Amino acid sequence: MDREQMNLLVEIMEENFVVLETALYLDTHPYDEAALRLHNSSSQRYHQLVDMYESRYGPLRNTSMSGHPWAYIDEPWPWDINFANL
Amino acid sequence: MWIYEKRLQYPVRVDTTNPTLAAMIIEQFGGADGELSAGIRYLSQRWSMPTGKTKALLTDIGTEELAHWEMIGTLVYKLTKDATIDQIKGTPFEAHYVNHGKGVYPHDAAGVPWIAAYIGVKGDPVADLYEDMAAEEKARATYEWLINISDDPGVTDTLRFLRQREIVHFQRFGEALRMVQEHNESKKYY
Repeated sequence: MDREQMNLLVEIMEENFVVLETALYLDTHPYDEAALRLHNSSSQRYHQLVDMYESRYGPLRNTSMSGHPWAYIDEPWPWDINFANL
Repeated sequence: MWIYEKRLQYPVRVDTTNPTLAAMIIEQFGGADGELSAGIRYLSQRWSMPTGKTKALLTDIGTEELAHWEMIGTLVYKLTKDATIDQIKGTPFEAHYVNHGKGVYPHDAAGVPWIAAYIGVKGDPVADLYEDMAAEEKARATYEWLINISDDPGVTDTLRFLRQREIVHFQRFGEALRMVQEHNESKKYY
């Protein structure tokens, strides 16, 4: 995995973390408008980043579209990525 | 329904091959207070939760626990994948190796396989949420013991992230417990 791909993947991780954290918070604070705004804007950004990643490097989910041949199987799988130089 | 996303929740980094540390970290893969217990516990308790909020929270935290289980498995894998036989011999990982090779099997640091008896599903939301809060604190404590013995900066970084998540989950479960208690109060008519 080259530097550019890893940076985009880590950006997805970061944005998804915000989405996940706001979701947990909203589960117990559903009327918090500021949290909801943060959740919605991060969700939009997260989906944009996933679309960008998948169009360049192949599916992150087996429900996504793929070029030929089926790229979901491409290495590296998550546990094989070396984040040492991050 | 579940969907897999082909990435880790957090970039798991390991700096040095270390089978001994792997044999200790596997506690959180297949131990009583580990991530597998957490995920199965919360996801199993959902059916007897009374409100949309509590059903959502157990679904979302239970799902996050499975992502943490994947991170712990990745730590064990990365700590051992390049280990030579000489590096394994004489370490606590040797006992794992003779049964599982470098496969990642859910047992605790003492080699005891994971069992469902580690979790409770009481069918009572108050009892279950108290258990969940205790489980988060026990997992936090386990992460602190692991951080104390880790001499790998990459591993410690991941353990600190996971420890922090236990604290957030504890906070959310506490809020959910108070909401369930209020919900129960509102059903009483005198």
